[in-house]
Amino acid sequence: METATINNNFKSEEYFINMGPQHPATHGVLRLLLTIDGEIIKKVEPDLGYIHRSIEKMCENDSYQQIVHLTDRMDYLSSHINNEAVCLAVENALELEVPDRVKVIRTILDELTRISSHCLWWGVMGMDVGALTSYFYGFRDREMINDIFEETCGARLTMNYNIPGGLMHDIHPNFVRRVKEFITHFKTKIPEYDRLLTGNIIFQKRTKGVGILNKVDAISFGATGPVGRASGYSCDVRKYHPYSALDRVHFNEALHTDGDSYARYLVRIQEMWESISIIEQLIDYIPDGDHKVATNAVIKLPKGEYYQKVETARGELGVYIVSTGTKNPYRVKFRSPGLSNLSLLNHITVGGKIGDLVATMATIDIVVPDIDR
Amino acid sequence: MDIILSIHDWFLGLLPAQITGFTKMALIALTYLTLFAVLGLYLVLLERRVAAWFQLRIGPNRVGFQGLLQTMADALKLLSKELTGTVKADKFLYNLAPYFVIVTSLMALGIFPFTQNLQAYDINIGLFFLIAISSIGVIGVLLGGWSSNNKYALIGAMRSGVQTISYELSIGLSLLTMVLITGSLQLSEIIEVQKNGWLILQGHIPAVIAFMIYMIAGTAETNRAPFDMVEAESELGAGFHTEYSGMKFAYFFLAEFINMFIIAAIAATVFFGGWLSPFGITESIPWLGVFWFLLKTFILVFLMMWFRWTFPRLRVDQLLTLEWKYLLPINLANIVIMALIVWLGLTLQL
Repeated sequence: METATINNNFKSEEYFINMGPQHPATHGVLRLLLTIDGEIIKKVEPDLGYIHRSIEKMCENDSYQQIVHLTDRMDYLSSHINNEAVCLAVENALELEVPDRVKVIRTILDELTRISSHCLWWGVMGMDVGALTSYFYGFRDREMINDIFEETCGARLTMNYNIPGGLMHDIHPNFVRRVKEFITHFKTKIPEYDRLLTGNIIFQKRTKGVGILNKVDAISFGATGPVGRASGYSCDVRKYHPYSALDRVHFNEALHTDGDSYARYLVRIQEMWESISIIEQLIDYIPDGDHKVATNAVIKLPKGEYYQKVETARGELGVYIVSTGTKNPYRVKFRSPGLSNLSLLNHITVGGKIGDLVATMATIDIVVPDIDR
Repeated sequence: MDIILSIHDWFLGLLPAQITGFTKMALIALTYLTLFAVLGLYLVLLERRVAAWFQLRIGPNRVGFQGLLQTMADALKLLSKELTGTVKADKFLYNLAPYFVIVTSLMALGIFPFTQNLQAYDINIGLFFLIAISSIGVIGVLLGGWSSNNKYALIGAMRSGVQTISYELSIGLSLLTMVLITGSLQLSEIIEVQKNGWLILQGHIPAVIAFMIYMIAGTAETNRAPFDMVEAESELGAGFHTEYSGMKFAYFFLAEFINMFIIAAIAATVFFGGWLSPFGITESIPWLGVFWFLLKTFILVFLMMWFRWTFPRLRVDQLLTLEWKYLLPINLANIVIMALIVWLGLTLQL
């Protein structure tokens, strides 16, 4: 009764606030339309399209080799894995068997990409909950991976190392040594990450029980990757549809059942350990052989529809190609993990505070160009 | 000090008594203004170097020797910047707000004893004055956020109101705990009492608890991480000073650093004996008191910087929970224990 009187006397009013497209927490040009009552979030509407470059449409005028280069610009933190998705789709359509060496190198680089993406995520996660130092720690370790990539293919962000039929060049002679150096270094650094953030009581208070997503919702919203796995939805493409050299390695799928931001955080930390284990299993056994098989200069896929999915750092990336038998695809569709992961934002943040929204967005780990394409 | 007395005499010989008073006031004000500017600028530089040290970086080291002129250059840049603002802001309050913040921190700086007798004004309710003055500063923050007609700024300002009002209680109570021992609010007398041992030693466990609560509340009072709810750049952009630019922004910025110094200086004075040297090792050289006072203060400033670059930020409701459910009850119990200790004469006298 008493609360009712208070509410009558001091009526609180909902108001509308624009978060983005320029806002530190939206990691790019994402715009969120927030309806807020004081600090409590009533509604979150993501407004997309600020970095839409119609990559799918551009693909229709490009050859298959060119499409690979466009995929870099989607999820730029998983660019090597994106490239691989298109290459695998084309190779499967052509029924092309790539050499073992290519498969192993691709998988090692995939996992390095995943670690580098998670490093950046970890840094930014800390920054979003207000601990700026983690950002620099994450970047220090990411830098070593970038150096490996730079030596391997000359690029640090948009790799373009995969081509349909194999790799653009063979690996650098230093590759194995440097990857091993990185692994030795990084194994000492993940415990450091844990000391700085994971065990911190403020950090746990900020993330535990925040943005809870249950398994049923995770499946119905199409959540994949660490977001889905933190809710107990076993969805690792690497486990269920192994590609490249993933059929010959043993690793555990990082699964948690809490579904809150802290679980999503732990899944990614565990994934870094698993990626290290995958690289360790492969790095000493890179088979000799050619780094590519020859394809026609103009690739024409047989008439039909092709689908290939891979596990990027953010979740399941699907590449769907419809070919009419010409040198260009008739239609290309990318199923990006970011879009479906973002779609559940409203569902899991309503009722929380502004700080919760930021913490939750950080653990969803969105990359805006991946959402807009 | 002798130097001050001789300056006083020299002035009296030169000018009539009344004008001497005014000249001295003007000179002291000028000295404090200079001190304020220098302290503000170099605390910013210190913060940046400390942050860089924590973050595997080098920090500013190009402008001047080891970057000593970096913040001067930044201040010049801020001075020469156009003052932009929103059209719909409440112009009068919008322009007034930065002065509230900067004037209060300048006033608080005035009553610290840097060493024996080196004090602008030895006010007899010193500690009370400090607490009162620091509460006025929040009006500037509230005004600034509210009058700039920006929702982010408004949220920041409201958070600041909530936060400062809550944590002022803890600051006041933890200092009151120590006043039970000294029996005086005057800063010079508080230091006099500590010639028998710093208060943190005299009051042993309750004093340590009071010190910890004071540091937590002090960090919150200055709106620094992990309590930087007011600015919370990943949530609110820049919080209450979103719409401020140029020198008006610099006022807020400098005041934040000066407030940090003030909070640390109060702690150094009340808990660690102010300008007193440890074990009285330099008792015979009174001017070294400045060194000891600044050393203690800067160690505490460093502690606050350490907090900032290590901890994540609390959420606004957790901030209030911490204060009202934990710090305040502990603090009240602590006062009672301290009162008992003082009553039974159990304070530690070295």
